[in-house]
Amino acid sequence: MSGDVCIVGVGIHPFGRTDGLSGLEQGVFAVREALADAGIDWPQIQFAYGSSDAAGNPDTMVERLGLTGVQFINVRNGCAAGGSALFSAQMAIKSGEFDIGLAVGFDKHPRGAFNALPSEYNLPEWYGDAGYMITTQFFAAKIMRYMHEHGISQTSLARVANKAFRNAVHAPHAWRREPVDMETILEAPLVSDPYTKYMFCSPAEGGVALILASEKKARELGKPLVRLKAATMRTRPPKSFEVFAPSIDIGGGKATATQIASADAFRMAGIGPEDISLAQLQDTECGAEIMHMAENGFCKDGEQEAWLAQGRTEIGGALPVNTDGGCLACGEPIGASGLRQVYENVVQLRGDGGGRQVPGNPKTAYSHVYGAPGVSAVTILER
Amino acid sequence: MHVIAQGLITEDNPPHLIGGRERETGRVVFPCPPGERYEQVALSRTGTLWSYTIQRYRPKSPPYKGPEAFRPWAVAYVELPGEVIVESRLTDVAFEDIRIGMPLELTMIPLDPDAPGSMMIPAFRPAGAAA
Repeated sequence: MSGDVCIVGVGIHPFGRTDGLSGLEQGVFAVREALADAGIDWPQIQFAYGSSDAAGNPDTMVERLGLTGVQFINVRNGCAAGGSALFSAQMAIKSGEFDIGLAVGFDKHPRGAFNALPSEYNLPEWYGDAGYMITTQFFAAKIMRYMHEHGISQTSLARVANKAFRNAVHAPHAWRREPVDMETILEAPLVSDPYTKYMFCSPAEGGVALILASEKKARELGKPLVRLKAATMRTRPPKSFEVFAPSIDIGGGKATATQIASADAFRMAGIGPEDISLAQLQDTECGAEIMHMAENGFCKDGEQEAWLAQGRTEIGGALPVNTDGGCLACGEPIGASGLRQVYENVVQLRGDGGGRQVPGNPKTAYSHVYGAPGVSAVTILER
Repeated sequence: MHVIAQGLITEDNPPHLIGGRERETGRVVFPCPPGERYEQVALSRTGTLWSYTIQRYRPKSPPYKGPEAFRPWAVAYVELPGEVIVESRLTDVAFEDIRIGMPLELTMIPLDPDAPGSMMIPAFRPAGAAA
């Protein structure tokens, strides 16, 4: 195949809670929206990759969309599921086998913290019995260490949440769209120190669909060319500090799957962090956004304190981060989250962001997810 | 003593956590995984606080087997010098007095402080605190 893989259609079912609508139905909603956006019909879709962690098999949506006999492969890859679906879809086009296809992700989780069992993670039963199968514990312990080493304050954590809810006011697909002031965020009950309840995202529901095409096909469709310059998915290096870790290597916690996925994505795209106009960085909790700013190469460890105080990651700043409010404001439907980031990036590159539009005609957009047990997926889009 | 699982601590008094040393690389992990790849090793009883948080809500059951009536507890990662950083409870210290880097020593505490004969779990406490 010559040229780039392009994203020619996007669709989303609003995130949050939609009683009476299954996760799969939210995925179907998103696919129909994406088809309409691309100006095509379902029978033109040559292949699909679908991701869902807890809401059923994505391929069963053919019953709703049409029994065209289309190739439809399901992807389960923890928090990187959406990214993995997108990666697979672009490879299918790059191979020259297909011209146009779909990456779709959806999910629907019960309320409250994710309920993980030791046996699913190759851990002994006592680890769960003692109360350690808790994702929030890990996130909190990780940022506590990071704050200690790099001089990050709890105020900076609150700035991230405050920005998320402010940005989400202008994102119709977001869940929590009311601004929350700094004082309220800081004085809310602690969930796992140093995080208060506004500093964690919640499991949620939602669906996202992206239609990918070869550059030739994209030109035929007459869509603005949003090029997928890089898509990577990587697993953890030695000495990383991951969720559900009964022990960590001495000196550990510094090397991450994110660093590898990010460096490889920049290499593929042939650009560097300084060339990125805006970024969606996994922010399942405030500290994640802060740590991921450094892990993805946008700043050095510790510089986030000044960056946030100066508003550099605000919509009008040097590097707007999580322009739709991220996971903090949209919630976390695992199978859909990574694709939501790419959806938001396409909206921004097309200039369709409305009240949350990044000014100055952004040319490049970056997305990053991270999840258990040490997986990360990155994309770089270019207009 | 009814320990939460076999193979977690040595039978010494006071006990040590049992880690696993990878035979090929010397890397130490906790707990000791089953199989031939790792040999059991008694870990240091003392270390320093590497990181921590406070668990402020009751974990879901299953798998949590702690008491229904929930009181927040501290979770620590403790660096055992030259060996490994282990996850454990942190006890005998007020939440506001917890400091990264503080010296700690191993102890055992009941999973349910109010139940006689409760399962015992490993914990660390400030070094040199109450005997």
